[in-house]
Amino acid sequence: MKIAKKGDWVRIHNVVLNPEERAPKVPDDTKKVPLEMWVKGFLLNDEAKIGDEVEIETYIGRKVKGKLIEINPYYDHDFGKCVPELLYIGKQLRSFLEGGEVNE
Amino acid sequence: MSKDMSYRAVMERKNEIMKKAVGIDYEKFETDSIAFNYEKMMRETGYTLSEMQKIQAEVGVGNTPIYELKNLTKLARKLAPKGKGARIFIKDEAANPSGSYKARRASASVYHAKKKGYKGVIAATSGNYGAAVASQAAMRGLKCIIVQECYDSRGIGQPEIIEKARKCEAYGAEVVQLTVGPELFYTFLKLLEETGYFNASLYTPYGIAGVETLGYEIAMQFREKEGRDPDVVVATNAGGGNLTGTARGLIKAGATEVKIVGASVNLKGLHMASDTQFNRKSFTTGHTGFGIPFATWPDRSDVPRSAARSLRYMDRYVTVNQGEVFYITEALAQLEGLERGPAGNTSLAAAFALAQELDEDKMILVQETEYTGAGKHIQPQLSFAKENGIEVIVGNPDEEVPGKNIILPKEPNLIKVRDIDLNKIKKSYIKNCIKHTKVDKVSETDLKFLAEDTNSSEDFVIKVLNELDIKY
Repeated sequence: MKIAKKGDWVRIHNVVLNPEERAPKVPDDTKKVPLEMWVKGFLLNDEAKIGDEVEIETYIGRKVKGKLIEINPYYDHDFGKCVPELLYIGKQLRSFLEGGEVNE
Repeated sequence: MSKDMSYRAVMERKNEIMKKAVGIDYEKFETDSIAFNYEKMMRETGYTLSEMQKIQAEVGVGNTPIYELKNLTKLARKLAPKGKGARIFIKDEAANPSGSYKARRASASVYHAKKKGYKGVIAATSGNYGAAVASQAAMRGLKCIIVQECYDSRGIGQPEIIEKARKCEAYGAEVVQLTVGPELFYTFLKLLEETGYFNASLYTPYGIAGVETLGYEIAMQFREKEGRDPDVVVATNAGGGNLTGTARGLIKAGATEVKIVGASVNLKGLHMASDTQFNRKSFTTGHTGFGIPFATWPDRSDVPRSAARSLRYMDRYVTVNQGEVFYITEALAQLEGLERGPAGNTSLAAAFALAQELDEDKMILVQETEYTGAGKHIQPQLSFAKENGIEVIVGNPDEEVPGKNIILPKEPNLIKVRDIDLNKIKKSYIKNCIKHTKVDKVSETDLKFLAEDTNSSEDFVIKVLNELDIKY
């Protein structure tokens, strides 16, 4: 079990509104699910494990409570997988500019 | 005694919270039930153009270069009828400190917040504006919180929005991420109340005054290089601020003959507040899901009176499809050596088609670009679309169905603009004014205001009122 120590950079999760508390105007599919929130900060508890209710201090110094879900959270977005469908575009455009015909 | 923090109670305190967080007494500008004094609001609460230029110069915002896209122009001319094919130009707003024109809007708000003694700024945005506010706050030594609509109920987030969160955090901001839903506003209000920070709304007069410099620069740069103003300026349209500010800046430069075209990505059929549809779109801004609701009811924004009123300035409103914008983004990199973010290229896709309608001696300008990077790039955005069940096809973009497929044009001659009937939008705006104010009779001031706010005529407004059976 991973343990976070006081001062560790962590991510917490919270439910802001339960499904029955959601605004009247939201679409039906959205009304079925809660409004959830994620925030990162430094752990204020001496020690906590994933799933514990904890308190953090965000980077600007605000204190927020929630369930600990990640220790040393990292960004996993990237440049994606190759999209082969895009590969024709450059070749096509260059050949048009070099005098090739554009089909009607 | 602690305050009632329930959804209902916080929403009921909305006006009180906002007044403190924006520092504008909007009541001052109200005249009749529908009308308010727009120009007075802009004058008394915004900043003059020269003040704005000074504020932005302090923080390295603005004065971005304009490039002529010679290869794209050449290509457009090959596709256009003989003698047609205007010269295409682009203003490289990605050169701003935070990588987009939004730095202009943020610079005004953050400057104002600092001047008024606020300790920090908060903005509700999943887009480039968050990074812009965070960057400006870093420069001016203010704290910053960005509230994002980021995930669906499976906890899956658009790569573009996650990248924006990273960028905000890089500037030292706190990022609060939420699942889909308009109740983001509730969290936003709670944060404003808790912190006492300034609401760096996109829709205050500051947020618009900040963009006026963009329009002004366009006129100055064209006059210096080409000896005259451009004929057409295309602006990507979502909340309306980009177009409004740019048009106002052009007018301030005396460039009153320039045609202003708004362009949005067509996301017809997708509901913006739907949990299951959230990740079935590949554009998080610049799309019709914002463009049309904000044009037909600008005061839906987070301030009582939005300073972004696109109908006042728009000469034409067109849509392009997602696949066309991805194609043109690739074309910009491959033919012009400029790798930029897809969302900002919405107006480029439109300009490429519009150039083919115009004579060769005309000039058309795309007024922004945005930065690109991990997550915020055609490759991750398209692979994300595929992972979420969207088909990526090479074919005819006319057959694209938002939420079902993305169709990359098989040939560049398939890139088109589709006109939105502006009269219909104007009518719908007037209808919304009646609906929201519940008036049964429109005053003379209201009538004049509606004509101005829709850039139409009193006759046009009267015709609509007759159709709605409203007295005047």
